[in-house]
Amino acid sequence: MAEEKKYTTVSIPKPLYDKIKVRIEGTGFTSVSDYVTYVLREVLASLEEEEKEEVFTEEEEEKVKERLRALGYLD
Amino acid sequence: MVSKPHGGRLVRRLVAERTRERILSEQKEYPHVQIEHGRAIDLENIAHGVYSPLKGFLTSDDFESVLDHMRLSDDTPWTIPIVLDVREKTFDEGDAILLYYDDLPIARMHVEEIYTYDKREFAVKVFKTDDLNHPGVARVMNMGDYLVGGEIELLNELPNPFAKYTLRPVETRVLFKERGWKTIVAFQTRNVPHLGHEYVQKAALTFVDGLFINPVLGRKKKGDYRDEVIIKAYETLFEHYYPKDAATLATVRYEMRYAGPREAIHHAIMRKNFGATHFIVGRDHAGVGDYYGPYEAWDLFGEFPDLGITPMFIRESFYCRKCGGMVNAKICPHDKEFHVHISGTKLRKMIMTGEQPPEYMMRPEVFEVVRSFENPFVE
Ligand SMILES: [Zn+2]
Repeated sequence: MAEEKKYTTVSIPKPLYDKIKVRIEGTGFTSVSDYVTYVLREVLASLEEEEKEEVFTEEEEEKVKERLRALGYLD
Repeated sequence: MVSKPHGGRLVRRLVAERTRERILSEQKEYPHVQIEHGRAIDLENIAHGVYSPLKGFLTSDDFESVLDHMRLSDDTPWTIPIVLDVREKTFDEGDAILLYYDDLPIARMHVEEIYTYDKREFAVKVFKTDDLNHPGVARVMNMGDYLVGGEIELLNELPNPFAKYTLRPVETRVLFKERGWKTIVAFQTRNVPHLGHEYVQKAALTFVDGLFINPVLGRKKKGDYRDEVIIKAYETLFEHYYPKDAATLATVRYEMRYAGPREAIHHAIMRKNFGATHFIVGRDHAGVGDYYGPYEAWDLFGEFPDLGITPMFIRESFYCRKCGGMVNAKICPHDKEFHVHISGTKLRKMIMTGEQPPEYMMRPEVFEVVRSFENPFVE
């Protein structure tokens, strides 16, 4: 596998950068990039959680229920 | 709602019956590769979505990303490398091969990549040590020199003496839904339950709809409880002490890595795939010896805001004579002299000699069941 670039650069306003820099002092975050990555992951994950959950086909679900009943997990 | 599968979709790598028959009838045309028990179990877990979003064994870009960043190359949290090692190259990239466990063809694999790796680096990054006394390190050092990455399709289930208790993620998801549980806390165990476990589970259950006890079955160390003993003990505990509409028991087969903090995250991901929304992380979770700090696993969860399952950190519990019940350091104000810690080693000894443990250590019904086995321990 060829070595790909694992990081890229995005721009944020300088005053925001400075604010974050102060904010992360004494926390576990070692850089503004670390902090920004953390926050973006958190935001994206919470957006994804709101998406509709995966549903099984009715036929599939019925089959699963049958097995669960046979094993005594469902009445 | 139950948790979304990790990475978004529940993976299922099973083939239609006709395809399966065709592949099996053409067995001789494929290169054969023997795999060991632990890898066969990984394969089963991939196929049934326990390891979603993995569709096979890791290719090098994912492998390196897991070692360096604890994430797959697409940024999905993933802490334990799920890899297939071979000692010799008897096939090429692009080949389809059949994987055998004992004499059973269990899967077809599409070989995307064959690559080499540094075993010491693997050990140090995953286990934080290269000490051969660590069972996970010893296993890695003994692996073949090549890793094979690519997607798999399951052809045969492995023989399973506990099929009755084996539920797949697709099944637990339907079960939780049918029971009307929206929040589910999962508990991972390899032990016969004592009062400390029960306290932790019930403390967690107080805040959610359902409790999912998920014992890990599989190859064990000498002196561990045998699988059937763990199951019987929990059956008994459920019968006498657990609310029927709020707790359930199902097993999963999995080979422990003893990777401490990294493995705690992996255990949580597996339970997320089963549909759990919460996961109990114990003291020294998945640790062995003194390689990891007792609460190091708790800290690591802080690095995964996008894990998609909520860890529940419940302190070690003990019996306090003054409180008159099971407590933990956070809620009991009394001196150490009143505390009785439940030691697994001590319980083992009592079980072996037939000495009845006090009721604040182990439920008498559970003790009876364990004692009814001629030898409850792995030899
Ligand atoms: Zn107390």
